[in-house]
Amino acid sequence: MPDLEQFRRETRIWLEANCPLSQRESVVEFEDRCWGGTKWKFTSDDQKRWLEVMAARGWTAPDWPAEYGGGGLNKEETKILREEMNRINARVPLFSMGLSMIGPALLKYGSEALKRQHIRNIVEGRIWWCQGYSEPNFGSDLAGLQTRCEDKGDHFIVNGQKVWTSYADRADWMFCLVRTDPAAVKHAGISLVLFDMNTPGVTTRPIRLISGKSPFCETFLDDVRVEKDQLVGTLNKGWELATYLLTHEREMIGSIGQSSTSAKSLHDHAVEQIGLAGGALADSVLRTDIARWEMDNRAFELTAERITDEATAGQGVGAASSMLKYTGTEINKRRHELLVSIHGQRALAWEGDAYDHGLMATQWLRTKGNSIEGGTSEIQLNIIAKRILGLGKE
Amino acid sequence: MALVLNEEQRMLKDAARDFLSEHAPVAQLRQLRDSRDAQGYSRATWQQMVDLGWSGILVPEAQGGLDFGHVGMGQIMEQNGRTLTASPLFATAVMGVSALVQAGSLAQRNALLPAIVAGELQLAPALDEGPHHAPCRVRTRLEARGDGFVLNGEKQFVSDGHSADQLIVSARSAGADADRDGISLVLVERTAPGVTVERVVMADSRNSAMIRFDNVALPRAALLGEPGTACAVIERLTEIGNAHLAAELLGLSLEACEQTVAYLNTRKQFGVLIGSYQGLQHRAAHLFSEIELLKSLVIKTLQALDAGSAEVAVLASLAKAKAGEVATLATNEAVQLHGGVGMTDELDIGFFMKRARVAEHLYGDHRYHLRRFAALSGY
Ligand SMILES: Cc1cc2nc3c(=O)[nH]c(=O)nc-3n(C[C@H](O)[C@H](O)[C@H](O)COP(=O)(O)OP(=O)(O)OC[C@H]3O[C@@H](n4cnc5c(N)ncnc54)[C@H](O)[C@@H]3O)c2cc1C
Repeated sequence: MPDLEQFRRETRIWLEANCPLSQRESVVEFEDRCWGGTKWKFTSDDQKRWLEVMAARGWTAPDWPAEYGGGGLNKEETKILREEMNRINARVPLFSMGLSMIGPALLKYGSEALKRQHIRNIVEGRIWWCQGYSEPNFGSDLAGLQTRCEDKGDHFIVNGQKVWTSYADRADWMFCLVRTDPAAVKHAGISLVLFDMNTPGVTTRPIRLISGKSPFCETFLDDVRVEKDQLVGTLNKGWELATYLLTHEREMIGSIGQSSTSAKSLHDHAVEQIGLAGGALADSVLRTDIARWEMDNRAFELTAERITDEATAGQGVGAASSMLKYTGTEINKRRHELLVSIHGQRALAWEGDAYDHGLMATQWLRTKGNSIEGGTSEIQLNIIAKRILGLGKE
Repeated sequence: MALVLNEEQRMLKDAARDFLSEHAPVAQLRQLRDSRDAQGYSRATWQQMVDLGWSGILVPEAQGGLDFGHVGMGQIMEQNGRTLTASPLFATAVMGVSALVQAGSLAQRNALLPAIVAGELQLAPALDEGPHHAPCRVRTRLEARGDGFVLNGEKQFVSDGHSADQLIVSARSAGADADRDGISLVLVERTAPGVTVERVVMADSRNSAMIRFDNVALPRAALLGEPGTACAVIERLTEIGNAHLAAELLGLSLEACEQTVAYLNTRKQFGVLIGSYQGLQHRAAHLFSEIELLKSLVIKTLQALDAGSAEVAVLASLAKAKAGEVATLATNEAVQLHGGVGMTDELDIGFFMKRARVAEHLYGDHRYHLRRFAALSGY
């Protein structure tokens, strides 16, 4: 495979030359990740530059088609790019629901016009997308959603309420699940539409999380006008898209802990904070707990890799995304519980420079949402039990 | 002894529950947090607790207390775990009183205990010097000077450290950092020259402080107990503290569990109550069973304290270890089973999760107590 070897060499050289040193540090704060969008304030010139040079090559979305602005890489090349970025601990230049969710759905189901309108903006991080799925009474039971979308001839009118909409107050556009046929059975009357968050009738109210931050919102939709060409795919066939998107979301959330494990390892934290006694961590119980976590984490990393490799080779089972989401988020939650244990009361301080203003506690609390967002752990287990194991069929 | 409450203890428990849920519910802690209250607790509520006699539950009758015992106090602590009430109850009425009862001279007891009972004096034990509990790892120095002492060092994460009138400080007059011998306890005025107190706002919105001592001059009478032999007293004291923290964590777990079960019985998805899913029923039933196990350890430990049993050391560690684990389970399950709303600050569940971890880490998390239990058991 001489071509791939050459691709690796060239990529390595290019990354060395173009990835700013400050973008080779682990992500700690929310703002360390670049989310893009019209309201985004770059935390540094380096962050901006890193996005620009990567976007210019389409490498924010390396395996998307080049004709819409993607990188046009094949699976092997994409994997090599990831490996080479990991090698120098390069940050992902852009992190967004555009990349992980609506982009792939548009590429698969969107009209040519929609692809032309939106894909390049996603690749370049110009538009921040938010996800309007959950409603107050329809979370796990997403297919029951009630937000109404009526046909008004040359446009739609949308009315309803969404909740837990992450970053709705910072986002530029929403991809939104709406009910277009109230008479049809649940899954059959749903469509996916896109609209600008500045459209009259869209209001957001931030909700405070237990971590003290307010990254999600209630979103109210009152007579919101949506252009007809912003319907993705076929009318009333939105459920298929919704689940396609969820698969991508689950893979993303499942791997959320992985970006931080390239950071300092748990055992390094522990040795630093607790110390060794006779060559072993001074807390023998914690030692076992950390070792068990590292076992599971390594197994998880390898599983994610194996499943990607199997998919590349055209093998593998369905519903893998549910299994990865379930295991990945549980492992990430355990990691943060262990970090709190390792740092003791220090990790539970909430204010003050000396404690990074409660960063460790905030992060720990935030991970509790990982097994809820994108479909809860229980829902993933239901999917595994039903779809993979075939349980509960008459 | 039967593992049940007697009539009086049951009445105290009911009274505590009624009082706390009416006068100091979680909403009070939320309000203290949101208003960034400088004191960190409601003086009015504390005065009411004093009026109810709670400051004197552990104080002998000779010093004007009720001498009602640890089982009694444990009931109040348990109810306190349901409401997460911030008050000097634990630092002063449990730890401060126990330190004086354990180690104080008759003169000290006569001077200080009645003041505590009357609500005129608040104490805070200042023992740990790092983020992990290590009762006999003491670097703070106590040196003889003239006919008194001089104190130098630093204490970390002192509960109520910024609001108490006097601190009960462990300090070393001889030996290396981790030696059992050479440690003494001294009473130090919080406002004495050379004492610097820096409040630390913790995740649970309760009081904590970092305290520095720079050449603090102390009279001979500041000494609590025999010099150089305080390690055993501190261990006993933290056993008492851990028994009561376990009681608090029991109440906290019960409340988190009950609120979650109530939610399972109201929230509908897929057209049915989520509590009708067997997967969730089993989770709630498992949590209930775990809490039942904890309940037994807590009452046994409190009874052992009242009986002066030799088993206290082992029981206190078992109870605190189990309490840490159960409270972690209860609060994690509570958030998870509430779904998205469980992650919001609007719901009280987050307060329970935060308090559970802080209370667990105070005087040793579950791993510390598992190790201690194993060591005490000789393996
Ligand atoms: C941090 C965070 C960010 C989020 N971001 C977004 C976003 O950007 N956009 C968006 O649309 N949504 C978002 N969500 C919402 C998320 O998708 C929902 O919270 C989730 O799907 C669960 O729905 P719910 O909150 O209504 O809980 P419920 O569905 O009410 O669930 C409550 C409990 O019941 C359990 N349960 C429900 N049904 C079953 C069953 N059949 N079997 C067993 N157990 C069951 C659940 O697992 C859960 O434990 C976010 C959530 C969080 C926490």
